[in-house]
Amino acid sequence: MAVDKKYATPLLDELEKGEWPSFVKEIKSSAETNPMANDLLGLLEQSYDEKKGHWKHGGIVGVMGYGGGVIGRYTDLSEKFPNISHFHTMRVNQPSGWFYTSEALRTLCDIWDAHGSGLTNMHGSTGDIVFLGTRTEELEPIFKKLTDAGFDLGGSGSDVRTPSCCCGKARCEWACYDTMALTHYITNKFQDELHRPAFPYKMKLKMSGCPNDCVASVARADISIIGTWRDEIQVDMPKVREYAKNGTDIVKEIVMMCPGKCLDWDGTDLKIDNSSCRHCMHCINTMPKALAPGKDKGAVILVGSKAPIVEGALLSSVLVPFIKIEEPFEESELWELIENMWDLWCEEGKNRERIGEFIQRVGMGNFLEAVGLEPQPDMVAHPRENPYIFYEEYFEEGE
Amino acid sequence: MAQVPVMELAEAMYKMVKDTMGMKKWKATDLQKASIEMFGEGNVDKQLCKDAIKELVNNGRLVYTYFGGSFLEVPHKEGAAN
Repeated sequence: MAVDKKYATPLLDELEKGEWPSFVKEIKSSAETNPMANDLLGLLEQSYDEKKGHWKHGGIVGVMGYGGGVIGRYTDLSEKFPNISHFHTMRVNQPSGWFYTSEALRTLCDIWDAHGSGLTNMHGSTGDIVFLGTRTEELEPIFKKLTDAGFDLGGSGSDVRTPSCCCGKARCEWACYDTMALTHYITNKFQDELHRPAFPYKMKLKMSGCPNDCVASVARADISIIGTWRDEIQVDMPKVREYAKNGTDIVKEIVMMCPGKCLDWDGTDLKIDNSSCRHCMHCINTMPKALAPGKDKGAVILVGSKAPIVEGALLSSVLVPFIKIEEPFEESELWELIENMWDLWCEEGKNRERIGEFIQRVGMGNFLEAVGLEPQPDMVAHPRENPYIFYEEYFEEGE
Repeated sequence: MAQVPVMELAEAMYKMVKDTMGMKKWKATDLQKASIEMFGEGNVDKQLCKDAIKELVNNGRLVYTYFGGSFLEVPHKEGAAN
C-alpha cells in the first residue's frame, strides 16, 4: 500500500546512528509501504518531542470466545494519526523452545503484513510471538488465518500466560527433564485457563531444564519448574586433571567460588561433598567436559516470583524440593498441587495480587498448610532466617 | 440435590452482570462465588460455573474486558474506540 505522508523525524533519526541494529530503521523500512508503521513514526517523534506517551491500553477487544491474546491499544491523537487510532497487540502462542521452520515464519509474516503493521517482537518477554498494531476489525481474520496455519493465540490479562521453556533436551546437555514436552503438555492441559481469564491476576509458568535457568523462571514465573538432580555430580577425573593441566585454576576459579563450600582439590583429585551442594551449576559450567549433573534427575518446583509492576520484584520460593518429571505427565502429582494453589488464590486473593504477593500477605506457613504441603528444610534459604515457619515442638507449653 | 442445569446458571450469571452494568465489574471468580451463594454449594460447583461462563462468552452474550485485570461484561462499544 502506498504511503502518502512523510513525517520529519529528527529525534528518531538519532537512534539510527551507531553500529547496533535500530528499531527506528525497522519501523522506517516497514513505513515505506505500511501506513500504520508510517503513522507510528510520526506519533513516536511527537512523544519524544513532548516527552509524553500517547497510548491508552486495555478495553474490550478480543476474538470470539477468548479472553486473552489481544491487548487493546489506542492513541489519543487519532485525528492526527488515523492509521494507528487502533494499534492492538496480538500474542501468538510460540512453539516450545521457539523452534520454527522458515516456512512457518514466512506464513506468520505474510499474515501480519496483510492485516497489521508488519512490525513484530520475536519474542515478547512472556515468550509469545508478538504482533504489534492492528485494527479491531482485523482481529477475527488474523485469528482465522493463524488457526488455519496451526497457531493459536497466547495468554494475556488475568489468565495462565503462554507457558514457555528453554530448549531443553533438544539442544542442551544439561537438561534434567524434557522441558519442551512438559511445556507442550501444560499448554494443552490448561487451555481453558489460558484462554478464559479466571484468576485474580496473571499466572506465569516457566520451565527450565537445569539450575542455569536460561528462561529466568526463578525471577519471572509464578510457578517455576527447574530441572535438578538428587544424587551425585558425575565426575570424569582424568578430564578434571586435563582442565588443570591446560591452565584452569581449579582452586581459584571453582573451589573458592562454590557457594556450598563442598569442593576440595588437592592437585590430583577433586572431592565433592554432594550433601552440601547447592546445585548452582558453577563447577559444571566451568568444566563442562569433566562434570555433569547426577543421573537421578527431576525438577524443583518453586512459586511466587514476579517483576515489579504493582508491587516490587520477588524471587521464587521452593515448594517441592524434588519431583520426577517423566511421561506420562498426566500421572504427576504436580497438577493437584497447582490446582490447590489456584483454588486458594482464587478464593482469597485480591484483584491484581500475584500469587507471590498473596503468599507474602497470608504467610508461607499458612499457604503451605492450606495447599497441603509440610514445611521442609529445603524451603529455607538460611537457618533461622525465615520467620514464617514455626516448629511447634520447640515451643514450651504456655508460650 | 441435583446440580443446576448449565443454561439456568448461565442465565442467572448474565442477569447478575447485566443488572449491575456500570456499577460493578465482575471477575470470573466473583461470578462463581455469587452463583454458589445464590444456588447453594451442593448445587453449583467450580466446573459448572466455568461451563456457564464459557457458554455465555461463546454465544457473545458476555465478553472479557481488561482494565488492570480481566473482567466479564455485557458487550458495549468502549469510549477509547471512538
